Amino acid sequence: MKMKKLLSLVLTAAMTATLLAGCGNAEGSADVATTTDGSAVFKIGAIGPTTGSAAVYGTAVMNGAQIAVDEINAAGGINGMQIELNCQDDECDAEKSVNAYNTLTDWGMQALVGTTTSGCCVAVAAEAAADNTFLLTPSGSAVECIAYDNAFRVCFSDPNQGIASAQYIGQNGIASKVAVIYDSSDVYSSGIYEKFAAEAANQGIEIVAAEAFTADNKTDFSVQIQKAKDAGAELVFLPIYYTEASLILAQADQAGFKPMFFGCDGLDGILGVENFDITLAEDVMLLTPFAADAQDELTKKFVATYNEKFGETPNQFAADAYDAVYIIKAAAEKAGLAAGMSPSDVCDALVPVMTEITVDGLTGEGMTWSADGEPSKAPKAVKIKDGVYTAM
Amino acid sequence: MKKLKTMNKNTKSNMITYLMVIVAYVIVQIFVVTGNMSSLMEGLLVPVCTYVILAVSLNLTVGILGELSLGHAGFMCVGAFASALFSLGMKDSIENDLLRFIIAIIIAAVSAALAGILVGIPVLRLKGDYLAIVTLAFGEIIKNFINAIYLGVDANGLHFSMKDTMDLGMGADGTVLIKGAQGITGTPKCSTFTIAVILILISLVIINNLVNSRTGRAVMSIRDNRIAAESVGINITKYKLIAFTISASLAGVAGALYAHNLSTLMATPKNFGYNMSIMILVFVVLGGIGNMRGSVIAAILLTLLPELLRGLADYRMLIYAIVLIFMMLFNWSPQFINFRKKMMAKIKKDKKAEKEA
Repeated sequence: MKMKKLLSLVLTAAMTATLLAGCGNAEGSADVATTTDGSAVFKIGAIGPTTGSAAVYGTAVMNGAQIAVDEINAAGGINGMQIELNCQDDECDAEKSVNAYNTLTDWGMQALVGTTTSGCCVAVAAEAAADNTFLLTPSGSAVECIAYDNAFRVCFSDPNQGIASAQYIGQNGIASKVAVIYDSSDVYSSGIYEKFAAEAANQGIEIVAAEAFTADNKTDFSVQIQKAKDAGAELVFLPIYYTEASLILAQADQAGFKPMFFGCDGLDGILGVENFDITLAEDVMLLTPFAADAQDELTKKFVATYNEKFGETPNQFAADAYDAVYIIKAAAEKAGLAAGMSPSDVCDALVPVMTEITVDGLTGEGMTWSADGEPSKAPKAVKIKDGVYTAM
Repeated sequence: MKKLKTMNKNTKSNMITYLMVIVAYVIVQIFVVTGNMSSLMEGLLVPVCTYVILAVSLNLTVGILGELSLGHAGFMCVGAFASALFSLGMKDSIENDLLRFIIAIIIAAVSAALAGILVGIPVLRLKGDYLAIVTLAFGEIIKNFINAIYLGVDANGLHFSMKDTMDLGMGADGTVLIKGAQGITGTPKCSTFTIAVILILISLVIINNLVNSRTGRAVMSIRDNRIAAESVGINITKYKLIAFTISASLAGVAGALYAHNLSTLMATPKNFGYNMSIMILVFVVLGGIGNMRGSVIAAILLTLLPELLRGLADYRMLIYAIVLIFMMLFNWSPQFINFRKKMMAKIKKDKKAEKEA
């Protein structure tokens, strides 16, 4: 009996050992940066939520990045290297995001497109900085996402959007009495709101009502709408995502409240909401870097490919990710990356050239970066007219 | 050797648990030092330890006290925020990382214990399903309350608001420490595997010793028969509160570990909501209610499982759920237990037959 116990103990220990060792070996084999047919590869990782409540954003990023990778590979790759893309799910949880990042490190990732959401991005950026891995977040808009030297972003930062919105409203004299309805449990939304409120004072805009909701109760907005109405707001600023915005528009209409509505890039996608009467979105203004029905060649081609492959119209997250892959390509070509470089060497090579490149992408023409990682591109203000975006 | 034989059965079982943890620690350390550990595994070490502490501490409430608590993540949240706030505020004042972290852990334990007492006083008057529902509500309240806090510091001292950062009215030199839903950013990364394992051992020692003490027996007597316990003069509220508070404070310690492992800390439904509370409860139930060693093993396995299933991409959560169901059946279904017993008996019989032959 004693022998048996001992034996089982030894066996368990051996099993655990092989389990752990197996993981270790995977790391070793990942160093060989070639595909099965022997050509050189460049490994790009992507992280975003593909399950859970924020799955729509993560999936868009994965799809957008995949399209860019397919296009680049078909055209010969980066400096002759084919790109390999590995997407990992983080469930929109910082802890899981770090796990996903570590998984990609084991896989041999040389550059990261991610993470999709701000909160996770802050945690992963700290890990990436410790490992010296190049990080380019398509949509992590919080300021802290790119606090480190190795981190850059494609989208606007939250403060930039808030300030730009206030300036746009103030300088064009659109309205002087503004109500804000925002999601206080969301980093993106409260980040924009804070900067908007700060800048509004400089622009002579009076914020007559600032009404918050949280992720736990985002279906009934009658209270917020009523308060905005009672305060006599001429314009309602909605720094939120389109799902909630579509409800607000519908409920405001029912309440007989017809102010102007103004939003940020989160509103992009509102015309695609199911069962939403798009006439309600008539005259809604939004600042967005990407409009799916823009008429330039690049956007048309991207939207067509996306539709064909995934059966839906891409949102700005997909566009940001698409651009992110092309930005890495531009930087990698400028830096003259060769096959088989370690992630740290890749990072050292890419960071200095990021400030030198100029990229024309879906989300802006002539995008450049400053050393702190912020992109410089002009926000496009669009107005919805007859169910389509029109430039203002 | 003789001492080992005369040792109390309970003590022996506890010693096996401690030894198991230490052996696991040594094996893992060997892998880390020799560089044979993948970064995924290395990154998972501290989270695994965090969940082990949570599972063990919840087992005190569920297994020993016999009350179903669904708000355990709330206490973890209190500990996480209290310790992260301290570490962030004292980043420059206390240079020694280890010292600062130890103080942070103590602060986490104390603040979570206070929260435990505050919640415990009204909640522990209830029992059964009612208690479960109320703890669930308190867990959510704690999370939502922390989501509404704005705290900043400038030359004039601390500023507090429940509205937004502008409402803090800080000077130009002010920094915002807690930013509402955006939580705390920039917590120093102090959690290490060694500290985490030491904390597991401390938690196990505290709980095991409590269970085998006079207090522990009083607590278990309440679980087994409340009326009988009351009739022999046991102060029900007092002993319930003791167990509940210790459980909460250990959850706070786990929170400190969690907070110092990531540079960002936000109270989302994912990490401090009821999902997490249920997750911890799953560890406890699967490992065996009242069985500390089982909790440790279940927490380790179930934390590693979804990460090891990453290869299955989108199907992994599905597979994870199926594995959970099977494990639950295997451990608890009467048919399975019968089947297991039969198989064991058969093996024993075969062995006997072999020996005789």
